[in-house]
Amino acid sequence: MVVAAWFLLADRPLADALLLPVGLPWLGAHFRLDALAAFFLLVVNLGGATASLYGLGYGRHEEAPARVLPFFPAFLAGMNLVVLADDAFTFLFTWEFMSLSSWALVMAHHRRPGNAAAGYLYLLMASLGTLALLLAFGLLAGPAGGYAFDAIRESTPSARVCGTVLALALIGAGSKAGLVPLHVWLPLAHPAAPSHVSALMSGVMTKVAVYGFVRIVFDLLGPPVWWWGALVLLLGGVTAVMGVLYALMEHDLKRLLAYHTVENIGIIFIGLGLALAFRSSDMQAAAALALTAALFHVFNHSAFKSLLFFGAGAVLTATGERDMEHLGGLIHRMPYTALAFLVGSAAISALPPFNGFVSEWLTFQAILLSPALPQWSLKFLVPAVGAMLALSAALAAACFVKAFGVTFLGRPRTQAARDATEADPRMLAAMFVFVALCLVAGILPGYFIDALSPVTQTLVGAHVPRQGDFDWLMIVPIAESRSSYNGLMLFAFIGLAAWSATYVIHRWASAAMRRSPPWDCGFPDPSPITQYSAGSFSQPIRRVFGSIVFRAREEVHIPPPGDLRAARLQVRLRDVPWDVLYLPAAALVGFAADHLNKVQFLTIRAYLTLVFGALVVLLMVLGIWQ
Amino acid sequence: MDRLALDVAHLFAGGLVLVSFMLLYQDRMTGIVNIFALHALVVSFSVAWQAYIQHAPHLYITAAIALVVKAVVIPIALHRIIVQLGIHRTIETVVGIGLTMLGGIGLVALSIMVMLPITAEAGTLAREDLAFALSVVLLGLLMMISRRNAVSQVIGFMSIENGLILAATGAKGMPLVVEISVAFSILIALIVIGVFLFRIRERFDTVDIHALHEHRGGRP
Amino acid sequence: MAVVFDALVQLGQMLVVLALAPLLTGYVRMVKARLLRRQGPPVVQPYRDLLRLLRKEAVLAQNASWVFRVAPYLVFATTWVAAALVPTFASGLVVSAAADMIAIVALLGSARFMLALAGLDVGTSFGGIGSSREMMIASLAEPAMLMVVFTLSLLAGSTQLSSIAAFMQGPGIGLRVSLALALVGLTMVAIAENARIPVDNPATHLELTMVHEAMILEYSGRHLALIEAASYLKLLLYLSVIACVFVPWGIAAAGQGFAATLIGLTLYAVKLAAGGFLLAVFETAIAKMRVFRVSDFLGAALMLGFLATLLLFVSRVA
Repeated sequence: MVVAAWFLLADRPLADALLLPVGLPWLGAHFRLDALAAFFLLVVNLGGATASLYGLGYGRHEEAPARVLPFFPAFLAGMNLVVLADDAFTFLFTWEFMSLSSWALVMAHHRRPGNAAAGYLYLLMASLGTLALLLAFGLLAGPAGGYAFDAIRESTPSARVCGTVLALALIGAGSKAGLVPLHVWLPLAHPAAPSHVSALMSGVMTKVAVYGFVRIVFDLLGPPVWWWGALVLLLGGVTAVMGVLYALMEHDLKRLLAYHTVENIGIIFIGLGLALAFRSSDMQAAAALALTAALFHVFNHSAFKSLLFFGAGAVLTATGERDMEHLGGLIHRMPYTALAFLVGSAAISALPPFNGFVSEWLTFQAILLSPALPQWSLKFLVPAVGAMLALSAALAAACFVKAFGVTFLGRPRTQAARDATEADPRMLAAMFVFVALCLVAGILPGYFIDALSPVTQTLVGAHVPRQGDFDWLMIVPIAESRSSYNGLMLFAFIGLAAWSATYVIHRWASAAMRRSPPWDCGFPDPSPITQYSAGSFSQPIRRVFGSIVFRAREEVHIPPPGDLRAARLQVRLRDVPWDVLYLPAAALVGFAADHLNKVQFLTIRAYLTLVFGALVVLLMVLGIWQ
Repeated sequence: MDRLALDVAHLFAGGLVLVSFMLLYQDRMTGIVNIFALHALVVSFSVAWQAYIQHAPHLYITAAIALVVKAVVIPIALHRIIVQLGIHRTIETVVGIGLTMLGGIGLVALSIMVMLPITAEAGTLAREDLAFALSVVLLGLLMMISRRNAVSQVIGFMSIENGLILAATGAKGMPLVVEISVAFSILIALIVIGVFLFRIRERFDTVDIHALHEHRGGRP
Repeated sequence: MAVVFDALVQLGQMLVVLALAPLLTGYVRMVKARLLRRQGPPVVQPYRDLLRLLRKEAVLAQNASWVFRVAPYLVFATTWVAAALVPTFASGLVVSAAADMIAIVALLGSARFMLALAGLDVGTSFGGIGSSREMMIASLAEPAMLMVVFTLSLLAGSTQLSSIAAFMQGPGIGLRVSLALALVGLTMVAIAENARIPVDNPATHLELTMVHEAMILEYSGRHLALIEAASYLKLLLYLSVIACVFVPWGIAAAGQGFAATLIGLTLYAVKLAAGGFLLAVFETAIAKMRVFRVSDFLGAALMLGFLATLLLFVSRVA
């Protein structure tokens, strides 16, 4: 009960979108709520409220509640305050607060193998990100030191400073959001936390990072240059494809979801990059469309990713397993969780009539406007990124067929999966809130797009046509002759077609049905181990993409005939960014640390020498400087 | 009329780029030779069309040379060489067709990006042809570096020459003499290469040029 | 009045595609049989198959879940809706504004998603191998399809099929190499998506070569009938898209009245017959490729789409 009360304490102020700018100076820390902040506040608190509800049920299984409860509200508060902050100091302070409280939550189960390493890596990357943001704000504020956002907006830094700030913002916000190649911590840290916290970190905290990027680049920094758009687009495209390919190779359910967060962040950054590119060429309407697509995807991703993490958490509490190869057949034991997870899977795979499709469709529409851009390199780059987006959407569908199919369908592979029970009703309630949201945002997207128009109006000075004005709840990004989509009509139409097919069949066709053993071309194998596993499911895709992207190597050891030992298939994957970027860096740090370690065991005289030397060097620097 | 003329010229030039891609896609010896014949055929059509719309009768001769020599004589000769060398069943080991084609697309994009801005004042026909011709040349080079078999390298080389012809006819400038001498030099090159192929084959029992490296001097 | 007529046309279209789809498949099979000097089953055999399947009892594996039972209905419904959204003989459809080309492709994606899940549901190895390969093929086909859409939208300024068809009929179009490339690319995607030779063999029951057939191996009775009908519809859909975009002549525009609709219907039948004939000839002339060669095949389709876009940039400067 106490557990429950603590979880409810999660603050949920302002869960409605107040679309008015409110100035509120307070103890030197500035807070302000404008359209952009209001939108992200909605995303944060929607996730926060449902995660709290979910936590009520999930908390019963928590082994160390004292490690989770104090930090959970702090984490929520941190995210809220980041979004509200209106000066650089408050922003950085709350950002770090958010990072540290989430780090504490990641370390809640610090005794599980791998979690400590995950937390360590997370702390490192978060510090790097904050450092980059600190430098970015320092550059933005300039020598005058106007740290309030209003002052920053007024100043006009030089082009070189702007470029540097963009790069720093990409490092700072990108490392938190999980842009490739700064994503390495994310699939380790997000799954390590308790599931409702994983949902918040993946579904919401990455969005706060996106907020940070949008705030700095669209709001604070001056008018963009075209190569910013190209850079962000390229990073987004690579992130989307790499994220989904990593996810396909992954068999741990929660890590798979975390990799999909990387993918979706890539999709969001594709939209943001397009918006930057269009804005640099003064194509306000197109920029508004791209930004709308990105922000709508922010909302959608927070909905279905939280839903999927809730589902994964339900599976984890029911079976104690995260490895899909040990699951299977859960749809019979956990029908409601399965249904919710299925909806989430369809939504994240960008399938109509769910919400993920609408935002990706809007992104495609923005991509189709790119030929009007004047720069040749952008003209060529954007279709390529479009193909990457299509590839990542299709691969995501493959990945979620795998995730849902191997976890919930088929026959149970272990005793734990056989004995699973349905999740707690409060957990289910939290999931079904998002199920409803995925469906509503998918079939009535016009209202959501209209709600975003104040945001795009303030950021790029235009908004997409008011969707409420079109007949039949249609959404029309540019003009009706160009393209339109009507989720409601499609949904109704599919429903009608399915109903009529069902009616005809039940009226006239044979209703006889018989249960029998599976056919399987005449050779059914009773052992559930022979089912298609997650590894075998992704094998064709590994063959097609893996040999290049992951340097995948397969080794087959078949014993000679007559030998009764089992044959072995070993797959080696290499994470190229990890090998190329991080291992050398880690080796360098390790080398430096080993040598600096000696400094800890010196005599007092040696220490004094060091201090003296440092003083002399500083004085010399001062002398030369003047 | 003028529009149609442009469209047809565009069709042939674009078709040539496409056939270059087909050359990259093929991994069988006989298939490569056949597609090379198609390549030459498209070039000769393209040149003939240029002759028609530019009213330049000497280009017809160029077209005829391309048709007879490169679409008929050289492919037949190559087929014979392939059969005599006994490599007609060989499947070329390519680096990875997908990767090669991706690189090829990048090259086409690059050549368009390079050519369009710097030829801004030239006529539309010349601009298009130059962009496409550069693509064909680059694709031919790509084919030469991504193939291991000497025969397909020869074909890559000759597809480069086709690209040059396309560029030359588009620019309305190449005198007939130059064209004829180029054609003959190609023919001689073919003969020389053919002789070499047999010599290589006699000595090393393969035409995979990888084998030659082992016999190179000055390397450990 | 016009709206009522359009609604009637829409309803007619839904029924026409449903009625014609098995005929098209039967026709392709017949042409293939004739090309192989076989007698072959009669053209109406697919109808008979469907009726027979509907009358049979459905056999379910013991551990099949509701996904397995619901999937055929959803697959059929989404495919049918997608097919009803393509302008076949008349472009003035009431609901054609509900989805553009991207949405139609995504609808087919939804159908495939459900079917792949159903393939995994019983937990047999054949179902798994089928779903896994089907998803691999789809993931390669989708980018290629998008590049084709990109090319078309660059030309016609729209992703709406009816607008594209109207543009193609207009005077603004010339001989364009990009269109040829897009046509080849789209055809390759269509072949892959419909599990035709050389990507997959619709007639095979040899275990190691099947993709689509392996996925639906456990189905029987009315469920199988629905899935078969959906695959007939899908073939018809892709042929209709190709016809609508590349040979749009004869499609009755909105409000052209009854006679134009009738002409459109006749021409549509002719187009389908021609397309089906070409498909049969192509399938007879070519051998099936290895599964892992499919990535090269569809990679080539993607490259064609890219090339079409690039060449279009060049010619648009002109």
